Amino acid sequence: MTTKAMTEVKTNKLTLVQAVTDGMRTMLSEHDDILVLGEDVGQNGGVFRATEGLVHEFGEDRIIDTPLAEAGIIGTSIGLAINGFRPIAEMQFLGFVYPAYEQIMTHASRIRSRTMSKFSVPMVIRAPYGGGIRAPEIHSDSVEALFTHMPGIKVVVPSNPYDAKGLLIAAIEDPDPVLFMEPMRSYRAFKSDVPEGKYTVEIGKAATLAEGDDVTVIAWGNMVSVAQKAVEEMTKQGVSCELLDLRTLYPLDRETIVASVKKTGRVVICHEAPETGGVGNDVMALINDEAFLYLRAPMSKVAGFDTPFPFFALEEEYLPTPSRVSHAIKEAVTF
Amino acid sequence: MTEMENQFPIVQVMDGDGHIVDASYHLTESFIKEMYSKMLRARTLDKKSVNLQRQGRIGTYAPFEGQEAAQVGSASALEEGDWMFPTYRDHAATLTFGHSVSTIMLYWKGRVEGCVPPEGKNIFPPAVPIATQLPHATGAALAEKRKGTDRVAIAYFGDGATSEGDFHEGLNFASVFKAPVVFFNQNNGYAISVPIEKQMNSKTIAQKGLAYDMDAIRVDGNDVLAVYFETQKAIEKARNGEGPTLIEAVTWRYGAHTTADDPSKYRNQELSLEKRDKIDPLLRLERYMKKQGFWDDAWKDQVAKECDLEIEQAVEEMENFPEPDVNDLFDHVFKEPTWTIKKQKEAYLSQKRGETV
Ligand SMILES: Cc1ncc(C[n+]2csc(CCOP(=O)(O)OP(=O)(O)O)c2C)c(N)n1
Ligand SMILES: [Mg+2]
Repeated sequence: MTTKAMTEVKTNKLTLVQAVTDGMRTMLSEHDDILVLGEDVGQNGGVFRATEGLVHEFGEDRIIDTPLAEAGIIGTSIGLAINGFRPIAEMQFLGFVYPAYEQIMTHASRIRSRTMSKFSVPMVIRAPYGGGIRAPEIHSDSVEALFTHMPGIKVVVPSNPYDAKGLLIAAIEDPDPVLFMEPMRSYRAFKSDVPEGKYTVEIGKAATLAEGDDVTVIAWGNMVSVAQKAVEEMTKQGVSCELLDLRTLYPLDRETIVASVKKTGRVVICHEAPETGGVGNDVMALINDEAFLYLRAPMSKVAGFDTPFPFFALEEEYLPTPSRVSHAIKEAVTF
Repeated sequence: MTEMENQFPIVQVMDGDGHIVDASYHLTESFIKEMYSKMLRARTLDKKSVNLQRQGRIGTYAPFEGQEAAQVGSASALEEGDWMFPTYRDHAATLTFGHSVSTIMLYWKGRVEGCVPPEGKNIFPPAVPIATQLPHATGAALAEKRKGTDRVAIAYFGDGATSEGDFHEGLNFASVFKAPVVFFNQNNGYAISVPIEKQMNSKTIAQKGLAYDMDAIRVDGNDVLAVYFETQKAIEKARNGEGPTLIEAVTWRYGAHTTADDPSKYRNQELSLEKRDKIDPLLRLERYMKKQGFWDDAWKDQVAKECDLEIEQAVEEMENFPEPDVNDLFDHVFKEPTWTIKKQKEAYLSQKRGETV
């Protein structure tokens, strides 16, 4: 559920990346215990300008250019978090999170468990991710499943400016670690209304972007716009499509997913991460557990392949397209 | 100067004005001209690549202009069969060591073929994740040692890279195993926007060798002669079984971090203009040659023309390179594709064929 923007609240037309900045600025100005750490986040304002201007407003003590070391950024953030601060740590790209994986896996995500809640890590890890912008190799990895598989960390992915700000603020307020994935291809793709000031989009809640009876199409992040195009096309062809933007990948929004599938009986999941071990499998497992008898066709996935994300000359072949999603929808409704 | 700067003075053979400050080397006209030509060739490639990016003919590109002496000088000290582990900014080094120009450009055109070195050249693909290549160089060097050859490995990396764990692990392993490897640091003063003073409190990068009891030296990275001779000494030492060396080449990148970066956000670009005049690697050789009386405008024009021609031909080659083959996406993940990959490939290709009918 979304905190309703009050009618008198002013809104601004922002891009997704501007909404991220706005979310950080809103929280930084209200709470001194929030810090921003990362490579090039200060003077440079981040390589995508996500922290643009923050160092001038909040100073170098709070907007911290760190040495080039992801394990250092996350490890230090853990130390800050267990001792009274709420760090927002930036990984310059999700594809460079790997040196920090140990810190996240063996500490950030399990300190609460290990100490029976004596220590906790209220940290947000922000990371741009995903393909489609002709980036050099490694920069386009979409490895959400490495984190949904990790007990003790929540994973959220906005697909639009409004959700980006609201989810980011919810993530900052969350008492536990949250990976906040930022879909690079959607950073400046469009602007939409973003309320000024504080509001939240609840973690764990999907958004229903289109209502329909024949098939449930499920996507997140960059793939929402891809799925949307497919849904528009198939709607024209007379297929009544429901479109869910998951927004949170762990924990999944069981209620919304299950209710939708009980209504439509057909499921197409779209993600850009490799198919094997992808979050699509968890969605399918949930449906299998809770709505199996409602299914009228096999569930299907339109996903990246079990290959490393290709060099950009081939990225359009790798990334799911509206036509691949449409194809899967057709197969589902004609089964 | 701080204690560490005293302990690791910047070694120079020739200063920015083209004066010889260390006369212990025998410098021939042909050697000087060879170094100049190699650097000009690299600079031509770099400038062309920046232009190609601006015209949308390649993707994001990481320029190295200003760092030619560090890369060309060090790579010239290698021999056939040695190993090179470059980063995304080290095309002057790979070019000098025998990489093909069109292949280097293909890399920035988003083509995986850009990672494949010419036959017989031990050039690893550029390391994009910072500092990951240092342990590889240690391992490859260790392999040569175990095979009983006298081949060595060289790893290139930046000042920012020394903050990553892999830098320290690579150096420590090399030290413990006495691996025949040269760690060649290009300290260009910045890691994207972060100046070295914010990256570390260490006053030099060379001093980081002390922690691993490793020989370390600091050279003027814009002095191709100092770089060449010092790298050669480190390589000889490695070949003779005397272990690794850390070389810090102090240099400067004139331009942006990559074509996607705007350096005016974080530094005064006037400084680069000043450096172009005061410490440029090519200009100082030109000044030296003029003093020696063997500079010749006609010779320079001829070399420049040859470089232009070669690079233009390579651009043509790059642009006429066969279109990317979608099969390559699936066929090189494993020696034998798994059933998952086979299934995904078949499904995708048949759907694709269906769509285009
Ligand atoms: C592990 C990792 N983190 C972050 C990045 C993003 N990044 C690319 S280059 C760079 C700066 C590197 O600076 P330095 O080592 O000094 O080399 P230079 O670019 O100056 O040649 C950063 C942070 C990366 N490529 N890999
Ligand atoms: Mg640097």
